[in-house]
Amino acid sequence: MTATLTGRPAAPAAAPPARRRRRRAVTGWLYAAPVAAVVGVLFVAPLVLVVWMSLNRWPLLGPAALNAPRNYLKVADDPLFLDAVAFTLKYTAIITVLLSALALGLALLVQDRRPGVGFFRTAFFLPGAVGFAAAALLFYGMLNNDFGPIDPMLRALGVTGEPVRWLGTPDMALFSTIALVLWRFAGFNMLILLTGLQAIPVEVYEAARSDGANRWQILTRITLPLLRPTLALMLILSVTGSLLAFDQFFILTNGGPDNSTVSMVMVVYRDAFFRFDLGGAAALSVVLLVALVALNTLQMRVLRRSR
Amino acid sequence: MRYYTTLSALAVLFLFPLLWSGWASLADPADYLRVARYGEGLGTYAANSALVSLMTVAGTLAVSALGGYAFACFDFPGKNLLFLTTLAVLMVPYATILIPLYVLLGHLGLQNSLVGLALVFVMFQLPFALYMMRNAFEAVPRELGEAAQVDGCGTFRVFARVLLPAVRPGLVTVGLFAFLASWNDFFAPLILLNDGASFTLPVAVVSMTQHTFGAVDYGMLQAGVMVMAVPCLILFVVLQRHYVRGFMSGALRG
Repeated sequence: MTATLTGRPAAPAAAPPARRRRRRAVTGWLYAAPVAAVVGVLFVAPLVLVVWMSLNRWPLLGPAALNAPRNYLKVADDPLFLDAVAFTLKYTAIITVLLSALALGLALLVQDRRPGVGFFRTAFFLPGAVGFAAAALLFYGMLNNDFGPIDPMLRALGVTGEPVRWLGTPDMALFSTIALVLWRFAGFNMLILLTGLQAIPVEVYEAARSDGANRWQILTRITLPLLRPTLALMLILSVTGSLLAFDQFFILTNGGPDNSTVSMVMVVYRDAFFRFDLGGAAALSVVLLVALVALNTLQMRVLRRSR
Repeated sequence: MRYYTTLSALAVLFLFPLLWSGWASLADPADYLRVARYGEGLGTYAANSALVSLMTVAGTLAVSALGGYAFACFDFPGKNLLFLTTLAVLMVPYATILIPLYVLLGHLGLQNSLVGLALVFVMFQLPFALYMMRNAFEAVPRELGEAAQVDGCGTFRVFARVLLPAVRPGLVTVGLFAFLASWNDFFAPLILLNDGASFTLPVAVVSMTQHTFGAVDYGMLQAGVMVMAVPCLILFVVLQRHYVRGFMSGALRG
């Protein structure tokens, strides 16, 4: 097992002759060639292309023509996009706080191996196995006043007397979307945190307990500090995912009511496929891309430092 | 006792929507008949989804197994650059390169093509898959490969006969993630496919909420949701161990 720990292939005891090494380099390249082809054609090329498209008037059909920097100037005075930025930031903030709290709570509840805990872990994670689109459609039906079960249940319990407009007002639409995202992703984030929790050695807890620490002290002085790298990772995933939100709004609220739940990526989609302005959509994409790469780099720095 | 009461209450909250959807879709079996005849026919969409998922899983496994072997066992110029470029896929938001991909696939004659869609999925799976497979190959005791080589197997035969079986758990994890991602994804097929006959399940079922004349057929919709969800739920429950291992070894340190 020692070889597995070094992480690098152990070189043969004697340095191989140059010819043999060259032959191995060629063989290595052959095995890596499919990776290079896929990444080159489907990742690097589109990255270059999106920048080039953003500098052009690029209709969905018909020839493109250089028009830089008009697409970028349009970004700055597109009121729908600016509203979408504000809305997406608000949504991201709310989701990140609620999702982290919920996931942490669930992870702490199921971290110990007690009888039946496996079932509960699976139960909390199961929504995560369902596709996000399917989950959004499920909520779409569940929240319907006539077809769904929620309204009749609330009425039977006497919580409300009249139908709730789950998707009918801006606030309720946001609320319903948040409920959907929490349901779908809490277990996923719980799993991330569980892997972090299980990496904390049992001895640390035992030592703290024998020193007379109570549960609250153990949580705040030991668990949370040691969990920081994992928490940071979860935050990165949650922030990035929320900033790029599309499915949940496209499917559940369709941006409504009155464009109150239009996310940034929805604007990109609308520019490309409803306004047939691929150049404008590309400019928005580049702006998003630069912002997110910068944000990711920043978060990664913070994450590294906290280790 | 309070512990289990809390857990049970939470479990009910998390399981309720799934149970309701299953029940709502089964309440009237005619829902499934209507969903079967929706649009091009549910069979077409399910077949498209299955085909895309199959191609994605096969492609991801092939590319990441070969690549993982290359990165674990060989030194070659550009190795680090290629690895970092692959990991950089994670840094770039999915949504922002789909529009250029739409244009690019058009030039390659792969617009509105399930093959093109599968290739895009393979690309998005690669950072995780390559990382997993590289680690899996590195964890194989070196003596195994060397012993085989001494016995006279060439490199590819060592790879195919000795090493590949040894990294099978890694392959299962990579395949499972690739399947779930490609079966469920909505945004990529929404952008890359524009002909009803080539739609995958998520795009087709979402269109039930948007293109029906008059009222949305909610019963049919939940039947569609179940058709999408049940394969994933079964697969997840059966392969849960492999899924969780993916988290432990790949998703986290990536």
